[in-house]
Amino acid sequence: MRRPLCYRPVLFPTLLAGALALATGHASAATAWVSNEKDNSLSLIDLQSLEVTETLPVGQRPRGLLLSHDNKRLYICASDSDRVQVMDVATRKIIKELPSGKDPEQFALHPNDRWLYVSNEDDALVTVIDTETDKVLGQINVGIEPEGMAVSPDGKWAVNTSETTNMLHWIDTSTQTLADSTLVDQRPRFVEFNQDGSRLWASAEIGGTVTILDVATRQVLKTLNFQIKGVHPDKVQPVGIKLSADGQYAFVALGPANHVAVIDAKTYEVLDYLLVGRRVWQLAFTPDQSQLLATNGVSGDVSVIDTKTLKVLKSVKVGRYPWGVVVTP
Amino acid sequence: MHQSAPLALTCLLALATALCSAFASAAPPEQQLQVRIGYLSYRPDPGPLLSNIIPEPADAGLQGAELAVVDSNSTGRFLKQAFTLASTHVDSPEALLLAAKAQHDQGLRLFVVNAPAASLRALSAALPDSLLFNAGSPDDSLRSSQCLGNVLHSLPSRAMLADALAQFLVLRKWQRALLVVGQTEDDQAYAAALRRAVKRFGVQLVAEKTWRFDNDQRRSAQADMPLFTQTAEYDVVLVADERGDFGEYLPYQTWYPRPVAGTQGLTPTGWHKTVETFGAAQLQKRFEAQAGRWMNDRDFAAWMAVRSIASAVSKLRQAEPRALQQLLLSDQLPLDGFKGRKLSYRPWNGELRQPIPLVQPRALVSTSPQEGFLHPFNEMDSLGFDKPEVTCGYP
Repeated sequence: MRRPLCYRPVLFPTLLAGALALATGHASAATAWVSNEKDNSLSLIDLQSLEVTETLPVGQRPRGLLLSHDNKRLYICASDSDRVQVMDVATRKIIKELPSGKDPEQFALHPNDRWLYVSNEDDALVTVIDTETDKVLGQINVGIEPEGMAVSPDGKWAVNTSETTNMLHWIDTSTQTLADSTLVDQRPRFVEFNQDGSRLWASAEIGGTVTILDVATRQVLKTLNFQIKGVHPDKVQPVGIKLSADGQYAFVALGPANHVAVIDAKTYEVLDYLLVGRRVWQLAFTPDQSQLLATNGVSGDVSVIDTKTLKVLKSVKVGRYPWGVVVTP
Repeated sequence: MHQSAPLALTCLLALATALCSAFASAAPPEQQLQVRIGYLSYRPDPGPLLSNIIPEPADAGLQGAELAVVDSNSTGRFLKQAFTLASTHVDSPEALLLAAKAQHDQGLRLFVVNAPAASLRALSAALPDSLLFNAGSPDDSLRSSQCLGNVLHSLPSRAMLADALAQFLVLRKWQRALLVVGQTEDDQAYAAALRRAVKRFGVQLVAEKTWRFDNDQRRSAQADMPLFTQTAEYDVVLVADERGDFGEYLPYQTWYPRPVAGTQGLTPTGWHKTVETFGAAQLQKRFEAQAGRWMNDRDFAAWMAVRSIASAVSKLRQAEPRALQQLLLSDQLPLDGFKGRKLSYRPWNGELRQPIPLVQPRALVSTSPQEGFLHPFNEMDSLGFDKPEVTCGYP
């Protein structure tokens, strides 16, 4: 889940620019990749023109997306196909499918760029796959409906959330076994480590809260609540979280509250709520972090947010039930 | 699919054992909390039905409770809480009372009841020190005029269902309705809830007719319906036929080509196969893998009842019935019911606040409360009996 900011690949212009230019007609603009849960497709948004330039068919019910550290490979959770698909970013072709276990929903890549931690929502498992050998390294029993996944920047911890068990499960990556579990609020959906790996942010959809934990002690530091004028508290259902690389902001997608919360990542004070589309799910920064993209599941669009002025710039119509989003430079 | 569920469970249990021993060395050993829940079921025979092609599953309710126990033990194994279900299905109200007392004698104080209102009243009186969950009776009086202090209701009342439907009628501007009512007491009660709802939300009843099955013997029910529904013009036909005797023959057979809604046609219900958003798809899949059939409203009510108990136990770390009830009636424990809202129990009558899906057999049509039906505190309280309408004391 770490952003590819510092990994802007040296080889990129020579190897990929040509292919991208052919495919999109824009040589330099970044591209957003959006999974459409009910269209079995990806929508590609050119981030200069803010228009959908391509729609690619993928497996059934695509949800979680992530990129390899060199941005060359896109991993796609094709939930109802029970597999993780690997797409070559340059050619837009599915080059292989990984044995992900049943119903993969979210996943995270270890800093070693090889181990993929996949939550198998229907089987109460986390599956660890070596993406080079395509072998399953281990399966870890966790709570019911595992969902969110994150790996700490130092690679020590893989953290999974289980939505019905209401826990964060701490997996020791050196042994691929469960080391600890922390009870949080109802229906934890998403976890994100901060840049230095000292803090873990976890959203609870039904609890309506975001919990910030100290990673060293695995203790809760702070629980955030959200109050939006004119929106009933029941509709505040936090899902996706993104932390800016400069440590200034945290952004939290609030689901059917149709807003993205802006939080001071140092003081944990909620600064603002930005109106986006209906049932906002997941978030992704553009490479320079000047913009934040938000997928709106029910309204079928992606909101583009300016992270300096904290204004919503545009809404881009994509496929049905957009779920995940990542950005390639 | 069916084979893998017990296997997965075995794996879970094995892991739980491993975990417990791992924790035992790290922290001082903590006593495991055993939470035993009684499931009491009695469904009276509905009598002979004209429309009996697709029978109701015999284990409706029980499968939901059983799944919720598995779900709850997933958290319980980390918190040293073990949930077990003692289930009883009997064929008379007397046997139900005896079964309940037997479970009570064994120390059970938490019960999920899938039985008619009269049985629930008797159980409530016989087990005053216990907490009961009503997962079987939609009776309105239990939630408005004859409250039961030790009962929480996870099954929506007829009033909630009727209000959910009436809001949708208003939204679609179907302002004139014909009401067709069956002959059982339950049908009369459903009709009363519909009358209350249409009055509340401003839908006009142009006529009301009782289906007596004294039609022309040369015609089938289907053939009789067009003439039977020949009244002043309406926008929708509302039907109150809870056991499914004749209502299935109304759609497409009405005098005016109009939709049918109520117990058949467009139906308000606590749960249905077509509910899939807000994580419901995962619950549906888990349920189908366990039960080998679709999850219905009674399964959901029983599932919700056990999950309510478990959510409260995991927060309180104890299972004393009064303490659980007090927490569940407070605003301190939002419950997850896969319905897109935080669910909670109304402190004035113990009924679960929940959105109501409006379904046809293969699609979700809408979910009430409908947008625009406002309420000073919680829009979900626009469905069913709101605080000022409840005349009995609770809890």
